[in-house]
Amino acid sequence: MREERFQPGDDRFPPTRRSVIEAVRSIDAEERERALESLCAAYWKPIYKYIRLRWNRPADEAQDLTQGFFIEVLERELLEKFDPKKGRLRTYLRVCVDSFVSNEDKAGRRQKRGGNVAHVALDFAAAEEELGGAVMDPAAIPSPESLEEFFEKEWLRSLFSLAVEELHQFCVARERERTFRLFEAYDLEGHDKISYEQLAKEYAIPVTDVTNALAWARREFRRITLARLRELCGSEEEFHREARAAFGAELK
Amino acid sequence: MKFLSDKTIEHLREAAEIPDLTGTRYRLLERVARGGMGVVYVAEDEKLQRRVALKVLDVPCADGDLANRLVREALVLARLEHPGIVPVHDVGTLADGRVFYTMKFVQGQRLDQYIEPVASVTDRLRIFLRICDAVAFAHARGVLHRDIKPANIMVGPFGEVLVMDWGLAKLLHGDVPSHSQGADPDATIFEKPGQPADSSGAAKTMVTGHGTVMGTPGYMSPEQARGDVEHLDARSDIFSLGALLRFLLTTDSKAADTAAEKRRLDKALGAICAKATAAIPSDRYSSVQELALDVSRYLDGLSVAAHRESLFERLARFYRRYRFFILLIAAYLVMRVLILYLMHR
Repeated sequence: MREERFQPGDDRFPPTRRSVIEAVRSIDAEERERALESLCAAYWKPIYKYIRLRWNRPADEAQDLTQGFFIEVLERELLEKFDPKKGRLRTYLRVCVDSFVSNEDKAGRRQKRGGNVAHVALDFAAAEEELGGAVMDPAAIPSPESLEEFFEKEWLRSLFSLAVEELHQFCVARERERTFRLFEAYDLEGHDKISYEQLAKEYAIPVTDVTNALAWARREFRRITLARLRELCGSEEEFHREARAAFGAELK
Repeated sequence: MKFLSDKTIEHLREAAEIPDLTGTRYRLLERVARGGMGVVYVAEDEKLQRRVALKVLDVPCADGDLANRLVREALVLARLEHPGIVPVHDVGTLADGRVFYTMKFVQGQRLDQYIEPVASVTDRLRIFLRICDAVAFAHARGVLHRDIKPANIMVGPFGEVLVMDWGLAKLLHGDVPSHSQGADPDATIFEKPGQPADSSGAAKTMVTGHGTVMGTPGYMSPEQARGDVEHLDARSDIFSLGALLRFLLTTDSKAADTAAEKRRLDKALGAICAKATAAIPSDRYSSVQELALDVSRYLDGLSVAAHRESLFERLARFYRRYRFFILLIAAYLVMRVLILYLMHR
């Protein structure tokens, strides 16, 4: 296995990803599709859970509405209508979801929509499991303000989950599986149960290697998260605000 | 995809926010505060074996406006070597792409916290004069602070007064060289009312741009509030100093309304505050030295330029200034009259 020591200057930042807002306006159909995929990957789960809670819809109906919403985004070119100067993309999408579900109700045109949107696998069963376990407690989400916070929290959960997944792939590609396993063992599962010393003993490496590996993994996790975040923001200002919200300010 | 619990998300946020100091001479100790642009930590300079304050950006944009602003702040601080201005030690980019600078670690209290137990007006005015010294020095070097407020003044354990947070500083003549182009030296930051300046966890929303609104309501001058940055001069900081002086003189009444403030403020001090915070810049003091001179004259029991005294006020001030001698002479005269009376009885 490759020596997993951090070298300063190693693994510098890849080129900045293009914002989905810019990409959907591209004349290149492939780029537009990629943008929608990125958006869908980050938002489908928060939107599904939001529809389940805010609109109190059964699972099968919420699944249809979630897929229908992304089709609506594509057909009605909702992303192209988004103005980053007027607010955050996240808030815009949530308002669009509300409007979409409300209009669907009025028109009574709910229909079964098969397949996945934009080639993104929508694992509704996993989302349902998450709702049933950790987060679905309607009594704890009484007001629209709380639902807004709920949506933001779920969005952050989705963003971090995607970043962890990408970090895993990144580690595999760089032959740093052990680094990811350390990150997983300490930062994702057991930071309050396990110590650096215990990890060092388990992997038969010096404690300093554990420290360096975790520092590297956290740095890469932060970089990947910020790159995804940049992609999902309409402007630099929005990105800075969202970056602060993701890593800085307390979550409500 | 792995489900991340709320606890794991919180842990990841904390773990990923920690700056990567690999390859630097610093070792992170603890987080102190969150400011407008980033986070301030206490770190140990392992070479010099001393504690420093390390200010680091939130985002890894080594060539963005925020990075330029932080570098400018460090360069401005480097120009201002004065006992009343926190000295900068180092500036650079961390392995995680975030720009940082280190400065002297001041173990003290923010002015608003420090003066709460300080009852004496004289002591408060002396603190104010030291702030004026630092700001006047900066003006002499062609630097406007543009965000003078109690939260940006620190008082150290030995009474040293330091003006902090020069992130919004404007250079009156030219600009400091920066490592990248594109920064707007006149760009300003708006701090929403009610959001603490540097409390941890507060997500201060900012709007940047040429000529946009900046500063802290209540402390920024009207011209600054209008975003009229091109015409800002020393008198804008003088407005902020006037607001700061009023704060220093009235802060012990927590819910002071205007009427209460008027009752509490000595007329001469009230006039100094009013002149410094005049709406029209030409009605204010023309320099910080002039403002400081008026405050010093007040402390010495002399008349102040901001206030024309009535005869009664002049006599009262004369009495206050020479109270000891007046009482001594009065006692002497009373004794003489008493002796004469007893001799002629």
